Amino acid sequence: MSPTTRLWLTRAIWIGVAVGIGAAVVWSAGFITDPEANRGLVVLAAIALGVVGVALLFKGMDFVVDRLPARFRERVRPWIFVGPALLMLGVYLVYPAVNTTVLSFKGRNSQEWVGLTNFTEIFTDTESLVSLRNSLLWVIIVPLFAVAIGLTFATLADKLGRRAENAAKSIIFMPMAISMVGASIVWLFVYSFRPPGFGSQIGVLNGLWTGLGNNPVAWLLQEPWNNLYLMIILIWLQTGFAMVILSAAIKAVPEEIIEAARIDGATDWQIFWRVTFPTIASTVVVVTTTIIITVWKVFDIVFVMTGGNFGTAVVAERMVTEFFTFRNNGHGAAFAVILFVAVIPVMAVNVRQFRIQEERR
Amino acid sequence: MTAATEAVPRPKARRSFLRRAFDRWPVKLAVAIIVVIWLIPTLGLFITSLRPESDIQTTGWWTTLGHLWKPSTWTFANYDFVLFRRGFSNAFLNTLAVTIPATVIPITVAAFAAYAFAWMKFKGRQILFVVVVGLLVVPLQMALIPILRLYTSGGHLFGIPIIPDLNLTGTFPAIWLAHTGFGLPLAVYLLRNYIGGLPSSLFESARIDGATHFQIFTRLVVPLSVPVLASFAIFQFLWVWNDYLVALIFLGAEPRVQVITQAIALLVGDRGEQFHLLTSAAFVSMILPLTVFFALQRFFVRGLTAGSVKG
Repeated sequence: MSPTTRLWLTRAIWIGVAVGIGAAVVWSAGFITDPEANRGLVVLAAIALGVVGVALLFKGMDFVVDRLPARFRERVRPWIFVGPALLMLGVYLVYPAVNTTVLSFKGRNSQEWVGLTNFTEIFTDTESLVSLRNSLLWVIIVPLFAVAIGLTFATLADKLGRRAENAAKSIIFMPMAISMVGASIVWLFVYSFRPPGFGSQIGVLNGLWTGLGNNPVAWLLQEPWNNLYLMIILIWLQTGFAMVILSAAIKAVPEEIIEAARIDGATDWQIFWRVTFPTIASTVVVVTTTIIITVWKVFDIVFVMTGGNFGTAVVAERMVTEFFTFRNNGHGAAFAVILFVAVIPVMAVNVRQFRIQEERR
Repeated sequence: MTAATEAVPRPKARRSFLRRAFDRWPVKLAVAIIVVIWLIPTLGLFITSLRPESDIQTTGWWTTLGHLWKPSTWTFANYDFVLFRRGFSNAFLNTLAVTIPATVIPITVAAFAAYAFAWMKFKGRQILFVVVVGLLVVPLQMALIPILRLYTSGGHLFGIPIIPDLNLTGTFPAIWLAHTGFGLPLAVYLLRNYIGGLPSSLFESARIDGATHFQIFTRLVVPLSVPVLASFAIFQFLWVWNDYLVALIFLGAEPRVQVITQAIALLVGDRGEQFHLLTSAAFVSMILPLTVFFALQRFFVRGLTAGSVKG
């Protein structure tokens, strides 16, 4: 076989492979949206399409670049490495951020300009103000309790044997693994209520409460306290996060300093507040700001537990309700912008302290 | 970040077992109380999911503690019903079909980008990297409305269509790409920090040996970055698995493709509190993340620590 024939043969094979792959992708894309197809196979095809597709994308682009004229090759190559990431970020974050900001100044169908009307409506409407008030309460109460309990628990568990410490920490940390929807079900059951005379209580809280001789309480309907009961769910979820990170920070405090303080006659309490706490302060700030950001964007818990009714609305939940349920793009976008703008300063503090903490290592 | 599980070993006290047990009892008591409070809600859910429906509706789950060994106390009927008659096995499969590509795609895309940001020379490298990391600030709520509009009616710039109407809503690729976009800033940041920290001599000698960037990436960088890839993979996997908002918006109400969190949320909306279904369904959704949690706790902690500001 002459070199030219071989060259053409390889080219033909590669073209065949490319066409085959293209056909397979098109076919599987059609298959996974076919309502009649077997679900198990659809799922397998979807996974294969997604996983193999992304690998082929990069391999294919590299293949093409290798066949470019040598002058361009090394100048183009970096862009096929960063290109997909930049494209995705452009489409999914940069464009939407700009577009949402624009939409927040337009009406409910995004047709006409309305200036600041959406914002003035939000800041004068009672229901929206309630959601803002609630969100503020959430970002104060949840991080406060999650960090306080997490710090207390980390400090106490540090004094136990290693096995007991790890077991105890696993249990506090475990809720972090489950979804907010799952956690909501867990607590829906805790708060379950039956009016007196409609059978015995099956929620553990009312079980205890009536066991103490009280009348059962519909916890989730008790304004304004129901907000607190919803917050408890997130405290339950986030304490483990605070605890694990603070525990690592506590263990990094040099043993000698603590020993020296002890020899000078300091009590455990004094050691904690004068030695340990100042040393881990930047970690406490990072943990607190991180939880604040999570709390500020909380949606699932409120949406699943009360749907934002009974005075429990929060900003992130209002955003989805306005946009998705009421079909009001303007209000939805305005709520998203409020979420975004409020996150920026907290994020700035978070990143600064995170870097200080990293440099200490 | 140091894994939480590394505690300093203490010198063994040579005291009797009893004295040791009562040593520091206030601390132990306080820890025990917090642990019990934290455990009770999940325990109640788990026990309830294994009780017959009639029992669930008439007595509290704690009453089973009085007759733990009676066979009629327990049943798998709720799981059977939820999985095979309420379509939760489908929802479970759908969640896998969403989660696995939505984990693999962002990691691949981010790893290539991170390598380029760390070891390739091109114009605007620094600026672009700063912009990418800066996008961490954008909450995913900002993206919901424009992306949904993009999916349903295409993209227009000054009235000129630049992206065609793809009709992606309610398909798996719609949600993979969304999760990829939302996960990228964090992934690029983490991976670039790690890959940038690899010794430069490694890359120089590989270049001298004639390796291409693609070969260096697949044969050197990926194997060396397994710890950070694993941490991010676990974080992203759990994030997507546990996500409700993104699925709600982009998969919509189509029951055929709905993921497990949507299926559960729908069950809550149904009339009456069907706790026999809710508890078993919730537990089905928790099995995989909990397994990952207990099996890979160290990676998990690292991933979560790094990734908790996401979204």
